[in-house]
Amino acid sequence: MIEVNHLSKYYGPVTAIRDLSFNVAQGEILGFLGPNGAGKTTTMRILTGFMPASSGRAVVAGYDVFAQALEVRQRVGYLPENIPLYREMTVSSYLRFVAEAKGITRRERTRKVGEVMELCGVHEMERRLIGNLSKGYRQRVGLAQALLNDPPVLILDEPTVGLDPRQIIDIRQTIKNLRHNHTVILSTHILPEVSMTCDRVVIINGGQVVAVDTPDNLTERTQPYRSIYLEVQGPEEAVLAHLQGLPGVLTVAKNGANPSGAAVYTLSTTKERDMRADVARAIVQQGWQLLELRAVRLSLEEVFVQLVTEEGEAHA
Amino acid sequence: MRSIYAVFKREVKAYFTLPIAYVMMGGLLFIVGWLYYLSFRWFLGVSFEAMRNPMMASDLDMSSMVVGATISTIGVVSVFTLPLLTMRLWAEEKRSGTVELLLTFPLRDSSIVLGKFLAGLAVYVVLLLLSLLYPLLAGLYTHLDPGPILAGYLGTFLLGATLFAFGFLCSTWTENQIVACAIAWAGFLFFWLIGHAADFAGSDLSKVLTQLSFAKHHENFAKGVIETQDVAYFVLFTVFCLFLTLRSIESTRWRG
Repeated sequence: MIEVNHLSKYYGPVTAIRDLSFNVAQGEILGFLGPNGAGKTTTMRILTGFMPASSGRAVVAGYDVFAQALEVRQRVGYLPENIPLYREMTVSSYLRFVAEAKGITRRERTRKVGEVMELCGVHEMERRLIGNLSKGYRQRVGLAQALLNDPPVLILDEPTVGLDPRQIIDIRQTIKNLRHNHTVILSTHILPEVSMTCDRVVIINGGQVVAVDTPDNLTERTQPYRSIYLEVQGPEEAVLAHLQGLPGVLTVAKNGANPSGAAVYTLSTTKERDMRADVARAIVQQGWQLLELRAVRLSLEEVFVQLVTEEGEAHA
Repeated sequence: MRSIYAVFKREVKAYFTLPIAYVMMGGLLFIVGWLYYLSFRWFLGVSFEAMRNPMMASDLDMSSMVVGATISTIGVVSVFTLPLLTMRLWAEEKRSGTVELLLTFPLRDSSIVLGKFLAGLAVYVVLLLLSLLYPLLAGLYTHLDPGPILAGYLGTFLLGATLFAFGFLCSTWTENQIVACAIAWAGFLFFWLIGHAADFAGSDLSKVLTQLSFAKHHENFAKGVIETQDVAYFVLFTVFCLFLTLRSIESTRWRG
């Protein structure tokens, strides 16, 4: 649905993005991550047809974003980062203007505007001036305008920033519900949001793609070894020595105790094999009590920081 | 056409939702009304004089002496007030960031430019229609020749369109409405007063400067004379400014 091939954009001497390439399949929700100034907004602006790229090609819904910009804009719903709306208009008059600008016929307009207001939960605010709305409601109006002509592609730049936790859950749910009929690119700084909402992640840094994968694969790939969390009731010295002696265990560290007094250990093991069954068996065979055992995975934050730092160091 | 109308409607609504159109219309009508009152009183004084001097009475003509002068006044006052209408059209869109959404709607840049331009011009036309009250009032007391009045209004409309297109272009250059207004004022005054500079220039340069002046081209209309060169000047100036506005918006896209 979206193909980005060797896209670059220069603002005078400043390179915003360099040789960026990735694809997004139909119906997919793609998380777009990167530190501030990485080029996320520039990429999104190019994909929405707002600005042309300096070089490279991007195709959205089968249309070239430069040569067929109008066709692309007809098929893309865009929510920019700072939700720029006309403050002097009421919610319903603004949405009616956007509907008209997007070519929705007069007969369809009232129904469509009603639908998106219902979907985004702004029905009770329809007569209020946008300038008087809270940030959360303005965000919803922004999302409503993006959804108005039922576009196959949605590009959302930080759609949950500045919202309270309940609003964040609501907006996330709304985005998840769009999954089947829309292809979504979602940029965010809230990484758990990506794990919860997105099928795949593109991480960019310094205007270049650092990684493209599913959140799970990224974690798997970035982690240099496997980690196991363990709570065991038993003689600490003996437990430590025994675990250390198991083949495939790289390091064992004791990390205090749980509230009931059982010692907590963190094991790092080789990446090649899942050692959880071996560790469980070894503890039980010794007659110690195994209270908890689970694999520890890197959080997406850790993956992100690791990838972005590695890339930064490589450039340095 | 649909997209031009969508933008046009939004802009006209915005003018009348915000206080700017009312302030501008009220200000212009008050100033023109006051000057109209003064010229009407002056005309009355002259008329009383003429009662004692029948030779002079034949030269008295209310159409040109009061109404024509009022139409010229509308032109001069427009130079000072029109930037108030044009300054927000692009500068405010840029400052608030709404230009980013507007330019990602499936609208041609030319439709957006025309929609906004025509909306501002429509407000100016409403203002001109309201100012027709003055000639109509004068018409209650005497017979007025409609030809020169209509020619005067045509000239003032063309002048307004030209001023508007220039102010509209200035608004694309900045995010600050005050700066947009100041640039437009400077430009308006330059093209208004350039004709006076002709008096001090050599003969060839003088001709060029005269032809560039808003005031010189507007003068003929106020006298009731419609010259093709004056119409062509205003129309070409307007079209050229709109063309530059379109290029300026394209440049905004490239620069992001």
